[in-house]
Amino acid sequence: MNVPEDLRYTPDHEWVRADGEEGVVGITAYAADQLGDVVFVELPATGTRLSAGASFGAIESVKTASDLFAPLAGEVLAVNDALSTQPELVNSDPYGDGWMLRVRIDDPGSIDRLEDAAAYRTRIEAA
Amino acid sequence: MSHGPGGVSLVEASLAGAATAVEEARPGPAGRAAVGATLQPTLAELSRPGRGGGKVPHPPKDALDGIPADARRVSPLALPELNEPEVVRHLVNLSHLNYSVDTGFYPLGSCTMKYNPKVNEWAARLAGFAGLHPLAPDALAQGTLELMHELQGALAEIGGMHAVTLQPAAGAQGELTGILMIRAYHRARGDTERSQVIVPDSSHGTNPATASMAGYETLTVRSASDGGVDLEALRSALGPRTAAVMLTNPSTLGLFERRIEALLEVVHDAGALAYMDGANMNAVLGRFRPGDAGFDVMHFNLHKTFSTPHGGGGPGAGPVACVERLAPYLPGPLVIRDPDGRYRLERSDERPTAIGRVRAYQGNVGVLVRAYAYIRAHGGTGLREVSADAVLAANYLRERVGTAYELPYGGPCKHEFVASARNLRAASGVRTLDVAKRLIDHGFHPPTIYFPLIVEEGLLIEPTETETLETLDAFAEAMLAIAREAHDDPQRVLAAPTTAPVRRLDEASAARRPELRWRPMVGRETPCPT
Repeated sequence: MNVPEDLRYTPDHEWVRADGEEGVVGITAYAADQLGDVVFVELPATGTRLSAGASFGAIESVKTASDLFAPLAGEVLAVNDALSTQPELVNSDPYGDGWMLRVRIDDPGSIDRLEDAAAYRTRIEAA
Repeated sequence: MSHGPGGVSLVEASLAGAATAVEEARPGPAGRAAVGATLQPTLAELSRPGRGGGKVPHPPKDALDGIPADARRVSPLALPELNEPEVVRHLVNLSHLNYSVDTGFYPLGSCTMKYNPKVNEWAARLAGFAGLHPLAPDALAQGTLELMHELQGALAEIGGMHAVTLQPAAGAQGELTGILMIRAYHRARGDTERSQVIVPDSSHGTNPATASMAGYETLTVRSASDGGVDLEALRSALGPRTAAVMLTNPSTLGLFERRIEALLEVVHDAGALAYMDGANMNAVLGRFRPGDAGFDVMHFNLHKTFSTPHGGGGPGAGPVACVERLAPYLPGPLVIRDPDGRYRLERSDERPTAIGRVRAYQGNVGVLVRAYAYIRAHGGTGLREVSADAVLAANYLRERVGTAYELPYGGPCKHEFVASARNLRAASGVRTLDVAKRLIDHGFHPPTIYFPLIVEEGLLIEPTETETLETLDAFAEAMLAIAREAHDDPQRVLAAPTTAPVRRLDEASAARRPELRWRPMVGRETPCPT
């Protein structure tokens, strides 16, 4: 299962690609595979405040529906509008075109408290 | 000639009548999978201008005079035009495509698809019940009111509760009713800081939805490794902000909550109330009363436990039962028996603390009649036999299916059990969805799949008490045969179903780009006469 080295991860299977004060958020290839074909993604409006660990949206697949959890506290700068018409991008390219949010991170240091690729890989292999 | 949604004329396909038409059907221009030969054209497609059946009397010539000119239609309604035999054949042939508990085994976990005895239907069709107007005065509705009053009492007795409302139209509406009652209770005590409802991670999806609709934030607590609620996780989630905890017992894993006493003690110690989702009462009828265990409010699913039709044949009914301290908040009107023996509906000024109506009139009364007939036909002893046989059937199937599928939780189970096709997926790529589709070829309705969410590749199987040993064995043999096929000939399982009226549907496209109505009745093809 693809777990890119340059990302940080949550136990709820979100990833963050941080670049200074900004970060991009999505869900992992493992999560997309577990969900199966994604049919709907509900994302917050630009400007929404995120608190770490709280739900920021929802994702639905043919199998199930699940909440999406914010990896970090911050503010939504942009959302991936393409997912409203092409939710399948989450399955086909979870770390690229299937991104969900671009956020301003309140505390850039908080990224270090998320799991690195090795820790996340260990987690999903144990599941 | 109008054409079917897949670009293949359904009329022609059905005239061809050959099963091979299914194989030849190709996706149409809209990208939808074409349908098979046994499907029926729609009434609109069968319509021919000028064709008709019954003689509808023409209205008097001046009938339109009372309607303002600008409110009258300028063109006739585009109703299909057919003769009576065509309509009857259309509907009877459609009914032959149905799979129901009257045609076969339906082990849909968490849904209790038991056989619905026909005596219930007889009772519900009695003219005194079926012909009663919902606004009839109490004096003319004594029989129906008496039945409802007795049903309120029977459900209170079965649940170990104090009072019952029959209004909610389904389990989820019962949940909402119960949580709104809890909200009213806290508010009446001036306890306004409680903003959270706790649910376990194995809960029905309706539980968090209910909490959200009632304005609460939902907290989810994890299950322990034995499938029950983790007591410590619950204890740490509870606090002065907890309004209620919603539990399902037996759980959606088919397991009785062994720590129920300790769980409810910590709930009440935190000042919260305990809601019981009664979806799984079939496992414990006559053996476990939620009120005795300390639950404060619960709902029943009459369409599960008490054998009234559901799954498209509904409507359902989700009566709510509660303890004495919540009774002031039950929605009104309740059915009351006055000291003189007459029955009546409660007046709206009689109990001002009530949360108000949750359903028009008195709920789905026809369903209430069926459930009452079922309860009275069984009696207390019979209902105990129901739960005993339901649990026996589930454990028998569990043992047999468990020889080829993983059983993530230890036994014995209650009325249903969860199995997993994780082992098949790892060995052959065959997933739970494929097993479910292949069961259709074996003549069975598939069980619930991918629920509860905490089980990977889960199959939730609930046989109910109404099936014979031969039926249970036939289903077990089918499950084992599919497991063998997954190893020997996985393509066969992946291609299923091959004998159903439609092949594997593209569920992802159907959900991503739903087409919710039949469309060709526009433009040139509009059969609307001018």
